[in-house]
Amino acid sequence: MAANVQGFELDNSGKRVVVDPICRIEGHLRIEVNLDDQNVIRNAVSTGTMWRGLEVILKGRDPRDAWAFTERICGVCTGVHALTSVRAVENALKIDIPNSGNVIRNLMHATLYAQDHLVHFYHLHALDWVDVVSALSADPKATSELAQSISSWPKSSPGYFRDLHSRLKKFVESGQLGPFSNAYWGNPAYKLPPEANLMAVAHYLEALDFQKEIVKIQTIFGGKNPHPNWLVGGMPCSINVNDTGAVGAINMERLNQVSQIVDNTIAFIDNVYIPDLLAIASFYKTWTYGGGLAGKNMLSYGDFPEIANDYTAGSLAFPRGAILNGDLSTIHEVDLDDESQIQEFVDHSWYTYAEAGKGLHPYNGETNPKFELGAGVKGTKTKIENLDESAKYSWVKAPRFMGSPMEVGPLARYVIGYAQGRPEFKEPVEKVLTDLGLPVAALFTTLGRTAARGLECSWAAHKMRQYCDELIANIKAGDTACANVDKWEPKTWPKQARGHGFVEAPRGALGHWIVIEDEKIANYQCIVPTTWNATPRDAQGQIGAYEASLLDTKMEVADQPLEILRTIHSFDPCLACATHVMSPDGKELTSVKVR
Amino acid sequence: MADTFYDVMRRRGISRRSFLKFCSLTATSLGLGPAFVPQIVHAMETKPRTPVIWLHGLECTCCTEAFIRSAHPLVTDVILSMISLDYDDTIMAAAGHQAEQILEDTIAKYDGQFVLACEGNPPLNEDGMYCFQGGVPYLEKLRKMADHAAHVIAWGSCASWGCVQAAKPNPTQATPIHKVLNKPVIKVPGCPPIPEVMTGIVTYLLTFGVPELDRQGRPKMFYSQRIHDKCYRRPHFDAGQFVEKFDDEGAKKGYCLYKVGCKGPTTYNACSTVRWNEAVSFPIGSGHGCIGCAEDDFWDKGSFYDRVTDIQPQIESTADKVGGTLAAVAGAAVAAHAAATAIKRARSGKGERTTEKGGA
Repeated sequence: MAANVQGFELDNSGKRVVVDPICRIEGHLRIEVNLDDQNVIRNAVSTGTMWRGLEVILKGRDPRDAWAFTERICGVCTGVHALTSVRAVENALKIDIPNSGNVIRNLMHATLYAQDHLVHFYHLHALDWVDVVSALSADPKATSELAQSISSWPKSSPGYFRDLHSRLKKFVESGQLGPFSNAYWGNPAYKLPPEANLMAVAHYLEALDFQKEIVKIQTIFGGKNPHPNWLVGGMPCSINVNDTGAVGAINMERLNQVSQIVDNTIAFIDNVYIPDLLAIASFYKTWTYGGGLAGKNMLSYGDFPEIANDYTAGSLAFPRGAILNGDLSTIHEVDLDDESQIQEFVDHSWYTYAEAGKGLHPYNGETNPKFELGAGVKGTKTKIENLDESAKYSWVKAPRFMGSPMEVGPLARYVIGYAQGRPEFKEPVEKVLTDLGLPVAALFTTLGRTAARGLECSWAAHKMRQYCDELIANIKAGDTACANVDKWEPKTWPKQARGHGFVEAPRGALGHWIVIEDEKIANYQCIVPTTWNATPRDAQGQIGAYEASLLDTKMEVADQPLEILRTIHSFDPCLACATHVMSPDGKELTSVKVR
Repeated sequence: MADTFYDVMRRRGISRRSFLKFCSLTATSLGLGPAFVPQIVHAMETKPRTPVIWLHGLECTCCTEAFIRSAHPLVTDVILSMISLDYDDTIMAAAGHQAEQILEDTIAKYDGQFVLACEGNPPLNEDGMYCFQGGVPYLEKLRKMADHAAHVIAWGSCASWGCVQAAKPNPTQATPIHKVLNKPVIKVPGCPPIPEVMTGIVTYLLTFGVPELDRQGRPKMFYSQRIHDKCYRRPHFDAGQFVEKFDDEGAKKGYCLYKVGCKGPTTYNACSTVRWNEAVSFPIGSGHGCIGCAEDDFWDKGSFYDRVTDIQPQIESTADKVGGTLAAVAGAAVAAHAAATAIKRARSGKGERTTEKGGA
């Protein structure tokens, strides 16, 4: 059946191809596509295949504990839900946090960005562009010349690449390929020369060993990573640079360690990640698929408050706003409390609303699970072969901004920042486009999404330096308070309060909405980045970012989903985030016997 | 014919001298004496790389993220040289049916010889369809692979206990894996577990076999002591010096976090000894109490900021001993602990403090 929605032509009459699981993501995602006789994708269906339900679990609990529960929504973008949660509680209870608490939070958050984007590029995304087996044909000396021509990174000698080449060769010959087993090596969609592949494999391994260094900053302030500790009212770490007994507080030794890690992080990202990104991109300039909603509908809440407790656009280092219908000349204001702006729909999600077809703002959110398959499904309830997208087909809800599906994430932030004319976003984008000889339209592709993430990773690393310096300046000025506990005791709270918290997570706009009654959580709702991007259709049939981005892509080998992975990975999916929502009454529906 | 760990290391250009040093470091990180080094060397030289199948149910992937934070051994060495990580949907290159084919191949080639590492747990409600992969419930995939595995590891608190999605009212009926499998399970709880504990368990399994487990299925080497027992702030507890509010003078001086809810006294894990991220810190070391994330049901034991009231006095208590007697002695133990602390306080000449019911 053919249809036209939002200017996209959909046709689900061709051969159906199922990719489940989509690997190299967080959580569980299924993609089904229809191919025409030229192996071009003419219809795409995105399905979240897990549902955990944290929001009802939160009901009746202490709002000060909510950060720890919501932090466990995701261990990859660890801490972002915790930060959103403490902001939501502080917004509801009107708690101001101290300056140094704000700087430390910004530093923690920028640290996560640097690590998360780096891991995404090398370990979750690179193998869509880099052919590991082709690297075996590389000449180590030529690889060294390539590496030295694009970066001053010291690990680039012919001997270094010779050792790696020999290790890789023997690894492959062992017949035990481990995580590289049964993949798509040799697929014609891989375009890199062997030397670029070998260089990328070297950096895949280096990045895997280096990423664990970056997060030590979260360990210093939050005690551990993944899942560091946070606090309503500020941060739990204290500062004590002068007195005795300062073990465990932030002191000179800790600050020096932070500073050293910041320097190392900047060096790795600017000398390894960015040169690799540009080198790889230069071989894929003609692969212009994957745009979807990019440049059409994009949303960013903004983040990194440079002024403590000021969450308005002027204080936020990240751009805030929305682009609708491809009009880059108008950036719409975003208000998380405006009940007409952000709404969630469930017409194609495995939930029901009291009033069918209606959209609900998170303050009034309902989540009643209802797993039912459409008449067109092939297979059975517990052995699904093909889903039926004309019915309910995903555990992900369908959020809409002013009625439109939106793309969120690094590219949204960079496009909005670019459209606002902010030089810190515009100039790096223009430099990349100029260096690669590409038009602005190249931004609105899979490659553009991947490039924006790289630029943002570098941006974040340099922000780490700024926040580290600000923290030291604060301490020098005697501004050492990290937490405000004036309203720590629940008896100081109003009988009823509600508020929202937001962050820009690495994957995009993230919001929590909380209602507090009688010192307990009465309602808690989250709309997370992957809910926006992985959304199923709505009552109007509008498709979301994932589904739109796959359309019109030509697959080189119909049976090898390399191109699908490439584009879906460019969003950095996080399905545990997307599908955490749950029933307000939490009743058990059915159960199977435990053997 | 699969390679041994030693073969792979040698082919990577690692000298025998470095290899022996690695074995010695491994022995140290496992808390074993130098006498064990030859045993590790022998195991590494003769055993082929063991296939590991790493599955994900309902979870947040924090266990995988923790695993890749391991510093000794480095995770690159683990996945390239020590094991053959043939299936892990978070990092594997293949997807869809090519990925699922690896599971079939593993059963065919390594029946009864591979390690099944499980992150997350299966939901039982809605016929298991709150988590499905390849169109079928995760529970099916988990049971099938477990039936053919040599060993089953439960990574983290999800697989071990249920964790956050199993917190009340547990709407999906998320269930720890030992309740749905017919095999012994090595539980490595924590949210997430400590990175070097995870790689330590894998290394131990490859070198010596199944570690000695406590009654609840946790390796004794990492889980037989409470965080409180080895906490560097313990002297402040004994001296009655407490953080009363976050960021107060006591907090700046590194006093005990008991009064702001630290669960170290009731949590069995190695955080205060192994510590986190190459021993940079651990929760208490950075000013927040332990939230007890390695314990069963820790989400449903009151607020993270409530004081624990069931402290056991014996430093060397194991989970076995405490587990059996907890209910009977809790009250007396708390009283004894509080009394001991009060005596110390009196001796040190500290002033009277507010008396807390059930606490110090």
